[in-house]
Amino acid sequence: METPTRRAFRRFLKSPSGKVGLVLALGLVLLALLIPLLKPYDPATDRDYLSRLTPPSWAHPFGTDQLGRDIFTRVLHGSRISLQVGVVSVGLGLALGTLLGLLAGFFRGRTELLIGWLADLLLAFPGTLLAIAIVAVSGPSLQNAMLAIGIVQVPVYIRLARAVVLSLREQDFVQAAIALGAGNGRILLKHILPGTLPPLVVQATLSIGTATLEAAALGFLGLGAQPPAPEWGAMIADSFKGGYAMNAPWTMIFPGLFIVLTVLAFNLLGDGLRDALDPRSP
Amino acid sequence: MGLVPVLFGISLLVFLFLKLIPGDPAQAILGERGSPEQLQALREKLGLNRPLHVQYLTFLRNVLTGDLGVSAVSTIPVAEELKRRWPATFELALSATLVAVALGIPLGILAAVRKNSLLDTLSMSLSLLGVSIPVFWLGLLLVYLFAVNLHWLPTGGRLSTDLALDFRPITGFLVLDGLLSLKPQVVLDALRHLLLPALTLGTIPLAILTRITRGAMLEVLSQDYVRTARAKGLSERQVILKHALKNALLPVVTIVGLQFGTLLGGAILTETIFSWPGIGSYIYEGILNRDYPVVQAGVLVVATAFVLVNLLVDLSYALLDPRIQYR
Repeated sequence: METPTRRAFRRFLKSPSGKVGLVLALGLVLLALLIPLLKPYDPATDRDYLSRLTPPSWAHPFGTDQLGRDIFTRVLHGSRISLQVGVVSVGLGLALGTLLGLLAGFFRGRTELLIGWLADLLLAFPGTLLAIAIVAVSGPSLQNAMLAIGIVQVPVYIRLARAVVLSLREQDFVQAAIALGAGNGRILLKHILPGTLPPLVVQATLSIGTATLEAAALGFLGLGAQPPAPEWGAMIADSFKGGYAMNAPWTMIFPGLFIVLTVLAFNLLGDGLRDALDPRSP
Repeated sequence: MGLVPVLFGISLLVFLFLKLIPGDPAQAILGERGSPEQLQALREKLGLNRPLHVQYLTFLRNVLTGDLGVSAVSTIPVAEELKRRWPATFELALSATLVAVALGIPLGILAAVRKNSLLDTLSMSLSLLGVSIPVFWLGLLLVYLFAVNLHWLPTGGRLSTDLALDFRPITGFLVLDGLLSLKPQVVLDALRHLLLPALTLGTIPLAILTRITRGAMLEVLSQDYVRTARAKGLSERQVILKHALKNALLPVVTIVGLQFGTLLGGAILTETIFSWPGIGSYIYEGILNRDYPVVQAGVLVVATAFVLVNLLVDLSYALLDPRIQYR
């Protein structure tokens, strides 16, 4: 008989979007890991005032920006910031949201009411607006942007984890564990948490896409990574606010293209994982 | 969860928002010039020396009576400015929703009816691309293409300057105002200004709506009563539009409503790109100028509107689905 892991793997390989997403995402991760070795870069000193705003050429495949910086190098190094934001903020939202969701679904009663209110409250703000408000309070920086994006994700995981726990706790194997006198901690960690993992993995992959978009939006508004960091949203903001987005469109086209590529990669990968892990899908 | 606890939570969060910003507001207003006595006097005037819960109640009373504070930069009451700007935001959100509904629902139906066809693959790929594009980047690309290169449409604003000079808006909804004052050139010009921002802001809801409509239609089309309708000899058109679509609409309406709420708040980026004088660009300017009363009130108003729109969506279920009743 086929093990569940093998079955998921086989189904993942049958999903075209999953495969494309996996290749794209792996490519981006490799790029982010290897780029400092292949093409070391210091954003603070990389200036060449003699070749400002030059269009794409062999020497500068993506052209140069207003300070004569090579956009190709900056965009490639931007992948490090983008993936860092994705992993850190989603990790934060996932950990906090899942913990709260588990507690809400398992203990019910007042705990559930309070946590449910918190989730409703966070969901009462449009996501980007909430992130903006949080960063506006805590001060614009990459760290605070990651924190804000993580907090925005929390209610999604609260609801997801709670829903799974509610269905799992009534199942025989959990009831049996309770009857055998297992403690709450043991039941939550050993019996319930593993069951929540597949939907959480799918959601977390999709969330990396959302987080990348939100980080870019914050960067664009000047609330994310600060110059001279080569963050994609901030690069587009430079181009827009500097007033040369239209005369030197390469300054905004290429960073944007990489945002799309990254978000697309994780959305496709998430779709493929859903096909593989969701027992209801054919 | 009830409306009141959530609204209470929003007001509490937004109140704490200003409290959490580091620094003394009195010091910020007076700058370096203030003497200790002046500072103390101003703190008393602003109520900063009172206990926190009293400050919150004062804040709540002010908000409920329509006093949202004063902009630190322009010294114009924020409520006044919001009142002047909300038609622009509402008009834009409504147009974006129209774009999404007019294109997304037919596209979703076609994709479902011709499942696995080229059209289906294409519309699903475009829908995936639509949710993967940063809105502000898409806006810039559209401006670059249609305004700067092709000169078909304006780059931003709501009305051309020559028209705006001698046109007195009545309601603030420019398309409507143009109709009311019988000025077709204003209607046309306002629509031309609306097109790119509406397309930009409408892309995400369009992508989501196409996907949801397709899914809902596929689900309904596999039901027994659809087979019955076909078996009794109805035309495919009647089966799809009369029998299937009606029942597939419930999740679609939910998404339209929720997206409309999101658009009211998500317009910050689009309004910034197109210099659209709405609430979103007001919040953006507030952020740039560290004009916190503006950011605070803007967030409060948008979040409240979002919650109320969601409530309306919930209530509309009962209208659409007779099985659902509210007691």
